[in-house]
Amino acid sequence: MKQLLYSKRLAPYLFILPFLVTLAVFWVVPLGRSFVMSTQEVLYGQGTFIGLDNYERLWRDRIFWQALFNSMRYMILTLVLLIPIPLVLAALVNSSIGSARIKGFFKASMFVPALTSVVVAGIVFRLIFAESDSAMMNQVAEIFGFGPVRWLRSDLTGLTALLAIALWRWTGVNMMYFLAGMQAIPTEYYEAASIDGASKFRQFIHITIPNIRPTIVYVVTISVYGGLAMFLESFMLYAGNNSPNNQGLTVVGYLYRKGIEENDLGFASAVGVVLLVIVMTINICYLAASGTFKKEAA
Amino acid sequence: MMAALDEEARVTTARPAADRRRPGPSTAAWVQSALLVVMALISLVPLLAIFVGTFQDGNEVIRRGMTFDVDLGTLSLDNYVLLFTDSGPYFRWFANTLLLTIAQVAGTLLVSSFVAYGFAMYEFRTKTLWFIMVLLVMTVPFEMLMLPLYVQVNDMGLADTYTVIVLPFLASAVTIFFFRQYFLGIPKEIIEAGRVDGVSEFGIFFRLVLPITRPAMAAMAILNGMLCWNNFLWPLLVLRSPDKFTLPIGLNTLLTPYGNNYELLIIGAFFSLIPILILFLAFQRFFIEGITAGAVKG
Repeated sequence: MKQLLYSKRLAPYLFILPFLVTLAVFWVVPLGRSFVMSTQEVLYGQGTFIGLDNYERLWRDRIFWQALFNSMRYMILTLVLLIPIPLVLAALVNSSIGSARIKGFFKASMFVPALTSVVVAGIVFRLIFAESDSAMMNQVAEIFGFGPVRWLRSDLTGLTALLAIALWRWTGVNMMYFLAGMQAIPTEYYEAASIDGASKFRQFIHITIPNIRPTIVYVVTISVYGGLAMFLESFMLYAGNNSPNNQGLTVVGYLYRKGIEENDLGFASAVGVVLLVIVMTINICYLAASGTFKKEAA
Repeated sequence: MMAALDEEARVTTARPAADRRRPGPSTAAWVQSALLVVMALISLVPLLAIFVGTFQDGNEVIRRGMTFDVDLGTLSLDNYVLLFTDSGPYFRWFANTLLLTIAQVAGTLLVSSFVAYGFAMYEFRTKTLWFIMVLLVMTVPFEMLMLPLYVQVNDMGLADTYTVIVLPFLASAVTIFFFRQYFLGIPKEIIEAGRVDGVSEFGIFFRLVLPITRPAMAAMAILNGMLCWNNFLWPLLVLRSPDKFTLPIGLNTLLTPYGNNYELLIIGAFFSLIPILILFLAFQRFFIEGITAGAVKG
């Protein structure tokens, strides 16, 4: 026993043991079973091998394609919104002008939404995007001369509400990521550039962006994962997993419907496997294209 | 090179003088401040809306949505009276969530820092492999694991227990990653000195290293505490008995189309935010550090 406690060779394995156990019991075994179940028809806990039938069913399943389309669309739109906007805001906060106190207030106010649970965010946004003409978004719509809109009844307006939740909750967090990156850039770079007569805009493009590239890669990566795995925002906004014509159904929502609500474990596992493959492929492509692997090896 | 350094010195010393000459904030600074204040206020609107909602008639809010057009005459403290006299299981949910959060935070900090120490302080053959696993686990969203994990814990007979909510996440990848970064910055002399004094490898961790990791502990306590307080998806899958419900699960049960408890929904959602908001106002720095933990360059 004493030898065990003092052994420098054994100690590291004992230290990381809790992770190894977690990895095995709660990750490897379940994911492995998921692959196995995706080739089975599972009834009352008993799996019968049916080969690739679940995947074939999936391929011909119109609702699955719709869910996949919804997830992809959401992911791409969150990238389009939640990378450039927080970047520009971070640059504004990081600029030398303006009062520190206002910036502090701004940072705190933008960050607070990230503290809310998806349940509270969903409840509030469901009520902000309510159908009545006195609901907040309809009052805003009225200013712009249209509405009242029945937001959650049709596809694109429902998507607008989902994107509003994402923007509200994550703009501040992404901004903080970028800001942390920007603050690590030596101020000399900017001073040298302004001596050379580079405008603020050119400094942003040629100094800021290249220097926070690792942060951008990181934020894009988690946004891709997060976007494709989106489920709860829709679940809360539509007060359940059902929305008109499945307009709010995502891949994870479909997985939840099949696996948890309908207990069709084999088919739902196939959905999960396909999602995992898609996400991994996108990310490996992206990381390879952005040169992250090369840097890691160096 | 020397010339450039000279130039730089001149620019940096010249700057305060230029600032002093200016009469007040420039137009650009005014525009920037105005923009930041407006965005901060927009970001706060949903939270203000729910706060105002706590004084409104719940059924009315659900029917008409949240509105800018608040009739001040109808505001009352009825919901507060209801909350503190006749809120049914609400404070049970509150207590459950608090208990679960404390248990999860304490467990996660201990286990994850333990594992991180192994990764940070030792060289061993399979270290890189296992650390890549930490990074993989860190980036795969839980949504992809939920179905197989759900099947797994049902088979293990752990459904509807708090154990199963906490156990799979004690060795939390993000937390391990963060602590590892922190430990890498600790001087190795402390450890060598401990060994010379005859302290065991684990004694060094518990008695010499842990006491000096307080700032990292604070950031990770906040991150994990917030995640646990807001945790929705996993408890939604595994909890069955109403007396075990947490705040997000309980609040979600109030959001049914046939609900007759909408007064409690709004004020309950608002009160679920309060502990986190108070902590945020007190420890803002640790929140930002904790939540942006993943972006530290690794």
